[in-house]
Amino acid sequence: MTALVKLQLCGVRKAFGKKKVLQGVDLVIPQGKSMVVIGGSGTGKSVMIKCVLGLIHPDEGSILVDGQETVGLDFRGRDRMMKKFGMLFQGAALFDSMKVWENVAFALVNGRGMDRKDAYGVAVEKLKAVGLEEAVAHLYPAELSGGMQKRVGLARAIATNPEIIFFDEPTTGLDPIMADVINDLIVASTKDLGATTLSITHDMASVRKIADYVAMIYEGRIIWTGAVDDLDHSGNPYVDQFIHGRAEGPISFGVSAA
Amino acid sequence: MKTDHLMTRESMEKGRALMVSLQDACQAIGSTILRLFEACGRLVIFMGHAVVNVFLPPFFPRLIVRQLVDIGYYSLPVVGMTALFTGMVLALQSYTGFTRFNAESAVAGVVVLSMTRELAPVLAGLMVAGRVGASIAAEIGTMRVTEQIDALSTLSVNPFKYLIAPRILAGTLTLPCLVLLGDIIGVFGGYMVSIYSLGFSPGRYLTQTWDILETMDVISGLVKAGAFGLIVALMGCYHGYNSQRGAQGVGAATTNAVVSSSILILIFNFILTQVFFS
Repeated sequence: MTALVKLQLCGVRKAFGKKKVLQGVDLVIPQGKSMVVIGGSGTGKSVMIKCVLGLIHPDEGSILVDGQETVGLDFRGRDRMMKKFGMLFQGAALFDSMKVWENVAFALVNGRGMDRKDAYGVAVEKLKAVGLEEAVAHLYPAELSGGMQKRVGLARAIATNPEIIFFDEPTTGLDPIMADVINDLIVASTKDLGATTLSITHDMASVRKIADYVAMIYEGRIIWTGAVDDLDHSGNPYVDQFIHGRAEGPISFGVSAA
Repeated sequence: MKTDHLMTRESMEKGRALMVSLQDACQAIGSTILRLFEACGRLVIFMGHAVVNVFLPPFFPRLIVRQLVDIGYYSLPVVGMTALFTGMVLALQSYTGFTRFNAESAVAGVVVLSMTRELAPVLAGLMVAGRVGASIAAEIGTMRVTEQIDALSTLSVNPFKYLIAPRILAGTLTLPCLVLLGDIIGVFGGYMVSIYSLGFSPGRYLTQTWDILETMDVISGLVKAGAFGLIVALMGCYHGYNSQRGAQGVGAATTNAVVSSSILILIFNFILTQVFFS
């Protein structure tokens, strides 16, 4: 990883009451590369991504974007920083009171003051980029299937041509074919934009498709990082257990029949 | 000797147990009080943040108009019906009471003063708390648990400006308008009952109403209405914004919004009445 660093986390810690979720996360993502963080449920993946986005304030540590510290940014600084980001949420998080095109064009109209007619054109273009026809633009999110909602969420994430895109479990809840379609769209759209991406997922097929680099988080720490090609011979028993989905191994999920 | 020693030990253990129970009780009371202060502090900070964002650009006029319609226009039937029947009942009840003292002529005054000073603002506030406060809390709460509020932030839009400020502004502006209409409808209800059921002279009833009414009676009611509108919108937004734990959390947020705004309306009604009329 000798390329220019786009996003860097150093010693990020976050606790909720007595529960320590992040216990010193260190992560480096080179510019234009796709980093996928894998790990079991409750290991702190979502909290980590929300700390980077500024939705949760870390207790300690540093988060650098283009070398600029983002922890403790004031409102204007955070607003400027947010303009570099795009995010695809796990449940798509579409605004159900708005039509599909209004969702896609939301940041353009409300965040950047673009005229609604122009924004409609951009929204339709982005919807086409994720394989959706113009007719879909006039539907409401509740009228779409889960896969289509994910596509709309992806179109919304890339609508402003962000420099960094975050994907929170992009294929969760989708059938394998639709998951593969979404993975292909993620790869294609991020390559087109030349964006840096940070994804979190459990889905190993997704990891192999979209990742340049993989990091594994366990108990609030990054325990292994490497290129996706090194994943199968990481030499790390935790990574081996996770990628092969074995119940036996060093990772204990603490499940007990009460 | 041995028995005395055992009794002393037993009483010491009892005393220690009592001390522990007392400590636990004090701890429970203390932590409840601390939580109450913490909640009040969070609410005040939320309110400050919300009010500041009402006055700072960017503004969302389309959303403000939509909220004015949702909160104001669609609450009109509920508030109108409440005011109409309250005015009618007030005329009937006061007539029943005042005939005992040959004071029937006071009915018009009682109706208009009760409506403008107290009943229209308080009842409109409570009805709007039930209709609008619950709806605001449920809508914003659902947005919170489905990550739509987080999505707003990632799309470079401040949720306070986009979600909270329009509702706070619309609540504060529309409730006085609703109450003014409620005053008129309530007095009209009293008038109808007095004329067609109790046999009052229309001209005399209206003269008595007009003579006793002062500008301050109406203004105090409208100021109360503004405060109640702020309370309803604020509590709906606050509980919705801080909603947790899925569907159960949204349900709790909705209940808390209605209960807390209703109680605050009654408390602030007393405080504002003290300020205006003591």
